[in-house]
Order: sequence, then C-alpha cells, then structure tokens
Amino acid sequence: MHATARTFLVNTACLLAGLLLCLGFWILLSATVAKELPTPAATWEVAKPYVLEPLAKRGEQDQGILRLVGYSLALVAKGYALALLVGTPIGFLLGLSKGFARVFDPIVQILRPVSPLAWLPLGMVLFLSTGSQALENGALFTIAICAMWPTVLNTAVGVRAIPQDYLNVGRVLKLSRTQTLLKIMVPATLPYMFTGFRLSLGIAWLVIVAAEMLTGRTGVGSFLWNEYNNANYGNIIFSILTIGLIGFVLDRLMSVVEGRFKTV
Amino acid sequence: MSPFLDLSRLHKTFPTPKGPLTVVKDFNLPVRKGEFIALIGHSGCGKSTVLSMIAGLSDVTEGGIILAGKEVVAAGPDRGVVFQAPCLLPWLTAFENVMLGVDRVYYTATRLERRQIAEYYLSVVGLAEAMHKRPAELSQGMRQRCGIARAFALSPKMLLLDEPFGMLDNLTKMELQDVLLDLWQRDQKTALIVTHDVDEAIYLADRVVMMTDGPEATVGDILEVKFPRPRNRRQLLEDPAYYEAREYLIHFLNERSHHRPAPVVHATPPPAAKPPGGGLKRFMHAFAAL
Ligand SMILES: Nc1ncnc2c1ncn2[C@@H]1O[C@H](COP(=O)(O)OP(=O)(O)OP(=O)(O)O)[C@@H](O)[C@H]1O
Ligand SMILES: [Mg+2]
Repeated sequence: MHATARTFLVNTACLLAGLLLCLGFWILLSATVAKELPTPAATWEVAKPYVLEPLAKRGEQDQGILRLVGYSLALVAKGYALALLVGTPIGFLLGLSKGFARVFDPIVQILRPVSPLAWLPLGMVLFLSTGSQALENGALFTIAICAMWPTVLNTAVGVRAIPQDYLNVGRVLKLSRTQTLLKIMVPATLPYMFTGFRLSLGIAWLVIVAAEMLTGRTGVGSFLWNEYNNANYGNIIFSILTIGLIGFVLDRLMSVVEGRFKTV
Repeated sequence: MSPFLDLSRLHKTFPTPKGPLTVVKDFNLPVRKGEFIALIGHSGCGKSTVLSMIAGLSDVTEGGIILAGKEVVAAGPDRGVVFQAPCLLPWLTAFENVMLGVDRVYYTATRLERRQIAEYYLSVVGLAEAMHKRPAELSQGMRQRCGIARAFALSPKMLLLDEPFGMLDNLTKMELQDVLLDLWQRDQKTALIVTHDVDEAIYLADRVVMMTDGPEATVGDILEVKFPRPRNRRQLLEDPAYYEAREYLIHFLNERSHHRPAPVVHATPPPAAKPPGGGLKRFMHAFAAL
C-alpha cells in the first residue's frame, strides 16, 4: 500500500514536470521564433467557447468540441467496423492457406504503406456515382482500407501460431471444418486479433483528420483546417490536443479489451 | 481370430534437411482386445511417433495399422488420446473441454444426457468440484485428470496415452494410475501407454513392449506381465517376480536396446503368427544394424 502510494506520487510528479517543460517550451517558442504562435493563455481564450459549451451548435462548423468529436467518431466507427469485417476474414485466409498467402501477401505488402492522402481521391472517384454521398463514402473507403492492415497481418500471424496440439484435439474429436474454425481456431487467434484491432483503431483515428480536411466533412479535422484558414491559430493547438487525447483514450479502452483476451 | 489392433511392418520416415530419416522401421505388434500394452524405450526412440500413427495424427510411411478390422487412415473419436501435455483448450472450462467431444460422439443423445456423461467421467477422475474451472485455475494433476476424462468420455474402442503422468508427483501419479486401471477395467477397453517409468509399465500392463534405440527403432523385446488383476501395489512389491520383471526391463534399456533384435520374438504374442516381415528380412536388418 505504502509502496503503491509512493509510486503514484512519483508518477504524478513526473507527469507534471513533463507538462511544465512542454508549456515552457511553447511559451518560449511564441515569444521568440514563432511570433504568430498563440501563447497557452491566448489559446485557452479562443478555445474557451468550444470547451465550456461542448454541445453547442452555433453553425455548421461552429459547434462545441464534443459535437465535433462525435461527428468524427461516428465516421471512424463506420470505417473501422468495415475494416474489421473485411480485414479479419482476409487475415484468416492468409493464415490458413499457403496458396492464398502466396498470391495476396505481396499485394498486401505493396498496398500497406500507401498514405491515406493517396487513397482518398481514389475513394471519391470510386463512389462518384453516389453523388452527394461520394465524399462520405470516399472517406469511409479510405479509413477502412488504411486501418485494415494491422488486423489482416495480426490475424494471419495468429492463425499460423495456433498450437498444433489444439488442432490435434480437433482432429481426434473429428470436428467438422466449421466447428474447428469456431471452437478452436477463432478462440485461439483472438489475442492476436485484438492486438490487430487495437492498432487498426489507432490508424482509423489517424486517418479521420486527413479525410475530413480534404472532404470538408464536419468534425475535428475540418475544424482544425477551417480555423487555420480563419487565422484562429489557437484552435489548431486546441484541436491537436483534443485529437491526441481522444486517440489516447481509444487506445486505453482497446488495451483493456485486449488484456481480457490475453489472459486466456 | 485376428488381433484387435495390428501394427504390421510399420515404417516412419521424416524428411529432414539432411535427407530422409527413418525413425521407426519394421515395427510389428498384434494386440488383443482388452489388452493393456505399455511401450517403453529411450527418449527420442520413436514411441510418440508410433502412438501418433495409431492415433491417425501422423501418416504411416510404409506398412499398415488395422484397428477392429479397419485400416487406420485418419484420427477419430474411436481412439481416445491422452496427450503428454494435457492439451486442454484454455478458453473452455474442464467441463466444456469434455463436452466438446461428448457433443460430437453422442449427437443423438439429449442435452441432459450428454451433460450427465461429461459429469460422470469428470467425477470419476475426481474433478466433481472443479469441473467449472478453466485449465489455468487447475493444478497440473487436475488438468491431466481432465485430459483422461475427455478421452474416456468419448467411449473409444482404444485408449492411447503418451506419457500421461510424466510431469506429476509420485502420489498423484499413483492415484491416477489407479483411476486409469479402474476405468479400463470397467469399460473393457484396449489401451496402449507410452512411458519412461518401468514400475508404471509393470503395474499397468499385460505386456511391456521394449523399443530399441532409434533411428530405425523397432520392437526389441516383449515381456508378459502375468500378475493377477486387480493388482495390489503392496503385494506386487513383496513379490520377487516383480523385481525380476523390473530387472529384465532395466537390463534391456541399459544393455540391449542399442541393438536391433535377432529374428526371434521372446514372448509369444496372442496369435502366434509369424511377423509379416519374414524371418530372413528381419535377420538382414539385424545384420545391417551391427
Ligand atoms: N516431424 C518430425 N520431423 C523430423 N524428425 C522428427 C519429427 N518428429 C519426430 N522426429 C524425430 O523422431 C525421433 C523420435 O521422436 P519421438 O517423439 O517419437 O520420440 P519419443 O520416443 O516419444 O521420445 P520421448 O520419450 O522423449 O518423448 C526423434 O529423434 C525425433 O527427432
Ligand atoms: Mg514422446
């Protein structure tokens, strides 16, 4: 008890020290090289209406921060769900079938490093026929395709790592293919799958900002870009902090879920 | 009458980077129905290889395995396997692990009947209290008990056990040996156990099959163990014949296992049939091994 209280104090002190250092550096920057950069106090001044009334809706872009975050999260949720729905089966096929892996592994390796900024125009072209929905669909496509890879790769690794002993149990019991898949392979792969899911969520959140900036769809990303155009530079910093914080919270949440499956 | 399980001219060759490695060569063994066989031999000689071929988990390179009149080509629930490590699925409870097989084998029974079968075998092995725990919450001995319950609950024709008690302390080991004998006697199974433990082999088996060292391991000798059943540990330990048998096995492991056998089979296996390989061929093998 004593020891844990002590480490808690030490950790908090270290965190505060880090924050103070960053603040100091920020103030120093705005006082010397980057004269246009708002100080922490000025940043708080511009951000205040968005924080204090987080659910306000004053106009299309002028909305409380929680509303903006909500729009972004909703789009991320859809794109992420798509990524998991498509990525998990592909991962399973890559892990199960040597032939499939031989054909598609090189393609995965080539598509994986492509930036979201490059996918987005392609996405919009793909969905041109959907008219007013093209922007939204293009953004979804981009989130899904960029966020998919960690799920694909981790699932494939997980399937290849299923201990032969577990599969032997299935063979001795003469389980059918579906039963082996559902009762043995999927549970055995879950820890790997969830590592993939967590990494994928991180990427989906990373992509949302780019997608919103380019498509102008309302959310934190487009808010940041608009405020840059409006020369409200304080809100750029405010948006960055918000995006970082949300990303951090999402990652923590997924870690908790992932941890559940790791203990199995 | 033909044997219940017949291993004839069994060969197993593994491809290795240094070329094919023949681990088991010309392994012959007929087994009666209801017989309890122990397979002993040095580590790495190929005991597990033979067992997993009978289980159908590993392909036969040459020769054949006939079980109850049918050739073994794949694994199946007619052979209950108790693995060296218990191999329980960690995401299922002990009960669910047993149910996995029970659901499969007794698919015509009602849900309640199936539950009762699983519960029966779990309580026979002493897991009545702990059956709803996950493997991680069970001790090593309890996991092994669960593995035994899973194999027995399939009501298999044949039981295959690969060093099932190797990792257990002596007390647990003796208790589980008795559980095993009890179940074997009750259900009149045919059983084959792989073990390192000479005392275990004598206590459990009707015949102890000694394997020569690999590569190209084969049956070196067979010892018939004639103690009456049910066996009593204490009486066994007072019987000079027990020490003779023990001495015989240890002598084989220390001295004779390094040589392939001369073409004579020591004890007479039930159907005193000539091994299909033929005396001359076996002699040539013995000659080549020298
Ligand atoms: N898949 C494989 N590929 C190549 N060699 C193998 C393979 N499996 C087993 N072997 C070899 O076959 C031999 C026999 O192995 P096996 O596991 O049957 O021995 P064992 O008698 O069961 O030993 P232990 O008592 O230590 O369990 C060993 O020399 C091993 O290296
Ligand atoms: Mg072995």
